[in-house]
Amino acid sequence: MGIISSGFQGRRNRDDPGLPPGQHRAEDFPVLSAGPTPRIARADWEFRIVTETGTSRHWDWAAFLALPQEDITADIHCVTSWSKLGTHWRGVALDTLFDQIETTARFSLVHSYGGYTTNVPLADLLGGKAWIVHQFNGADLPSEHGGPARLLVPHLYFWKSAKWVRGLELTGEEIPGFWETNGYHAHGDPWREERYG
Amino acid sequence: MNGWTGRPAPGGPGAGERGTGGPDGLGEDYLDGNALAGPLSEVFLIDMTSARGRCDSCGAVSAIAEARLYVNAPAMVLRCPSCSGVLLRVRRDGGQAVLDLRGFSYLTIDLG
Ligand SMILES: [Zn+2]
Repeated sequence: MGIISSGFQGRRNRDDPGLPPGQHRAEDFPVLSAGPTPRIARADWEFRIVTETGTSRHWDWAAFLALPQEDITADIHCVTSWSKLGTHWRGVALDTLFDQIETTARFSLVHSYGGYTTNVPLADLLGGKAWIVHQFNGADLPSEHGGPARLLVPHLYFWKSAKWVRGLELTGEEIPGFWETNGYHAHGDPWREERYG
Repeated sequence: MNGWTGRPAPGGPGAGERGTGGPDGLGEDYLDGNALAGPLSEVFLIDMTSARGRCDSCGAVSAIAEARLYVNAPAMVLRCPSCSGVLLRVRRDGGQAVLDLRGFSYLTIDLG
C-alpha cells in the first residue's frame, strides 16, 4: 500500500489544454475526506466573517439564500492529480458578502465545521474568483461534498475550496491551515504546480 | 472571538468540535490504524502500529492500530478514536516521506 492512494479512475490526456501540468481527467467526482463528515442542519448553519479588528457579520441560512445567487461553471483541480472540467455550482460570490465588510486584511483563514482550516489570500477570494456554494449540478450539495455549503475557489487546488465552511477569519499575517501546516503550498495555483511549500 | 476563531491546535479539531460529527464515525470512510503498518515500515525499523500514543487534544492513550486512518486525502491522516483530533499525518513527496507527529504528546514504543 503506497502512501498516496491512487485508486481514482481517470483518463490521462497530456495534450488536453484544460488540464494543468500533472493532472488527469476524472469523470466521476472523487470524495476526499481527511476526517469524519460533519452533518450540519441548515437550521443550525451560519456563516461568519470576522475582521482583523474583531468586528463580525454573520448570515443564517435564510439570510444567505436571500443574497444574490450566481450560477458558476468551473474546472476544478485536486492536488492528488485529478481534475474535473465544467462543473456546475450555485451560490453567493464572496464579493457580495464582502460588500458589508470593512477590512484592510490581506489574508483569510477559512474555517469549517469539523475543524478543517485553509488559508487563502483575499486577492484570491475577491474579484469574481470565489463563492460560497450550496448546489452542485442543480441539486443541494451533499454532505460528503461539503454541504450545506462549501467554499469554491476553482483557480486554486481544491483543498482551498473548504467543505462545510462556516466562516472566514481575516488576518494581517498569513496563518497556515490544515494542509499548509503539513507542507502544502500556501497559495496552491495548479497552473504553477504549487503543490508543496 | 467565538467558537471557531479560537483556533484549534494546528492540524486538528479541538475536542469541542466533537458534537458536529454525527453518529460517532459510523459509516465514515476510514480504516483502522493497522493500515499504517506498510507506510510506517518505510520509515521505522520496528512495527509502529503497536506503539501507544497520548492524544495531545484530549489526553486519551491508544495504540496506533486502534486509531482511525483516513486515506482518501492529500496525505494519510490518523485520528484519535476518542476525540477525532489529528494524531499523525504522513505523505510521500517524491523520494521523501513527510511525517507530522504533533498530534501526540508522546509515543510509547516497546523495544522488545
Ligand atoms: Zn483525542
